[in-house]
Amino acid sequence: MSDPTVAQDLIHGGDEPTGAVTVTSTGRPRSLWRDTWDILRHRKIFWVSLVMLIAFLLMAAFPSLFTHKDPNYATLAHSMEPPSSDALFGYDLQGRDVFARTIYGARASIIVGVAATLLTVLLGGITGVLAAFYARWLDAIISRVGEIFLGVPYVLGGIIILGTIAPAQTSPNEFTIMAVVILVLAILGWPILMRIARSAVIQAKHQDYVQAARALGAGPFRIIFKHLLPNSLAPILVYSTITIGSYIGAEATFSLLGIGLRPPVISWGIAIADHTRYIRTGAHAMFFPAAFLSLCVLTFVMLGEAVRDALDPKLR
Amino acid sequence: MVEVLSEPVGGGSYEGSLLEVDDLHVEFRTRAGVAKAVNGVTYSVGAGETLAVLGESGSGKSVTAQTIMGILDMPPGKITGGEIRFRGVDLLKLPEDQRRKIRGEGISMVFQDALSALNPVFPVGWQIAEMFRVHRGASRSDAKKKAIELMDRVRIPAAKDRVNDFPHQFSGGMRQRIMIAMAIALDPEILIADEPTTALDVTVQAQIMGLLADLQRERNMGLILITHDLGVVADVADKIAVMYGGRIVENAPVHDLYRSPAHPYSKGLLESIPRVDMKGQELYAIKGLPPNLLEMPSGCAFHPRCPYRRDNCVTDVPPLYPISGTRGSACHYWREVLDDGSR
Repeated sequence: MSDPTVAQDLIHGGDEPTGAVTVTSTGRPRSLWRDTWDILRHRKIFWVSLVMLIAFLLMAAFPSLFTHKDPNYATLAHSMEPPSSDALFGYDLQGRDVFARTIYGARASIIVGVAATLLTVLLGGITGVLAAFYARWLDAIISRVGEIFLGVPYVLGGIIILGTIAPAQTSPNEFTIMAVVILVLAILGWPILMRIARSAVIQAKHQDYVQAARALGAGPFRIIFKHLLPNSLAPILVYSTITIGSYIGAEATFSLLGIGLRPPVISWGIAIADHTRYIRTGAHAMFFPAAFLSLCVLTFVMLGEAVRDALDPKLR
Repeated sequence: MVEVLSEPVGGGSYEGSLLEVDDLHVEFRTRAGVAKAVNGVTYSVGAGETLAVLGESGSGKSVTAQTIMGILDMPPGKITGGEIRFRGVDLLKLPEDQRRKIRGEGISMVFQDALSALNPVFPVGWQIAEMFRVHRGASRSDAKKKAIELMDRVRIPAAKDRVNDFPHQFSGGMRQRIMIAMAIALDPEILIADEPTTALDVTVQAQIMGLLADLQRERNMGLILITHDLGVVADVADKIAVMYGGRIVENAPVHDLYRSPAHPYSKGLLESIPRVDMKGQELYAIKGLPPNLLEMPSGCAFHPRCPYRRDNCVTDVPPLYPISGTRGSACHYWREVLDDGSR
């Protein structure tokens, strides 16, 4: 319900018995989101990133659309063979098809990136809204705790937490290790989102319409969900889109250090980590996953920038 | 059109006025010190009655309204004394959830700047309809129908076509009409209008005042009209309370005050209205500045600006001297002021 477009449908939709509501003279009402869409529509960067995003999402959801090869099928005889017509991206150290592994790698990376971002938004959003709305001691506590987490460098924090829960030599199952990595990313990343949500809500809180809503009998629940959240959504949305990209990169960093995702999970980070030592003899085994990783991060960052440009009137 | 509060707070048997503010004190604790914004304000409004609260910026008129509504920011605000009785029940002693039920249904409010008082991300029709959906449990289509009716009632042209429009698509006057529609949606018994026309053009001001007066008559509401503009209240109000420095300095039936003010401040306000028959002459202005709430002048707060000042004005705080059953003036020399008449 916090999405204003839903609210708009509320009014538009519903079987209007008289059918009398025809908005012909004034045209369709223009909301912030409609304006945003109109701006996005005319931006090349938006369409480019959208097409790339769809490609990556398809890869993650239906990898078999792109390759019929088994990413885990290894023939050591092909070890480190360069790209050929037989294997588009060549073979890796274990003689597995690099193209197949790169395609299958999208799933883990994107799941980690998106899920960690969602969790970050949830954690940071809730704490930020609570801090801003109730202010005083709750705000002080949440803000100080956030600062403590913010003070821990990302990689260092990851090494400490992941190294304790899932040390480098262990091999937890696929689900566990992904959940742990997602959790670590969110725990280290929530304070930034908390601050963004907090400042957006503080700004919205002092608007007259919140006072007016109170004066007309709205309770705290409705003020938060109908007034504060919908009006604070834009900066949260922008930041989280960009965060997906940076989390995908962070996941790869942890994998490279041997403390993030690990086999049997297939991910770009693992592929890069496995082949850094062979960069001079067979760069292809590292290059292609790395290129896909960069492109994927770029996609989300570009999308985030396009959305930010469209949502922020000051940049127009 | 909508049923009134099913069970009125305090029951219907109360004999006093509908809303009574009694010796209200509000202060703000700031870093610079304690600002006494409201110092013993007393006024009352009955059903079908219009009270105009008049005063310049910082006179405490809006703070009093916010305190009645219970939307004062606390801290820094603090209510240090007094009662606000609605149907005889002191609102200040009610728990928050009961007060919330009174807001909107018992006492409602129209804000000064309707653009910022409407939520920018929802269509106006949806915002009006929400009042019915949340408070009355109306279905979506019913609530929407009522929203259109209300928009018609506040004379928004082509209401049906405009329910789905957003606040920024309306002109200032139209937005204020929507704000009024929201405020009267639940049939409140008291409507507080805090400078409802200040942000509007003069022609639109008259329309909005007319609309408020019509609605008030039609629904027999008590209306508290907060303004700093003497010009807008003359035709609408029944009685006037003039505020200065957080205190009521004069209260009077509206025509009595216009004919012969009994406080030098009211007199000054009246004399600073431009008049056609005084064309070419210099317009009167009250000298000096409004009092600093952090350091209120001793004695009568108006003494540094008062042409009638004597020695005891600096030392003695004037009580509200009763002039007649319906009039009062907080001036030691109200007789003199009254005898001088206006201009």
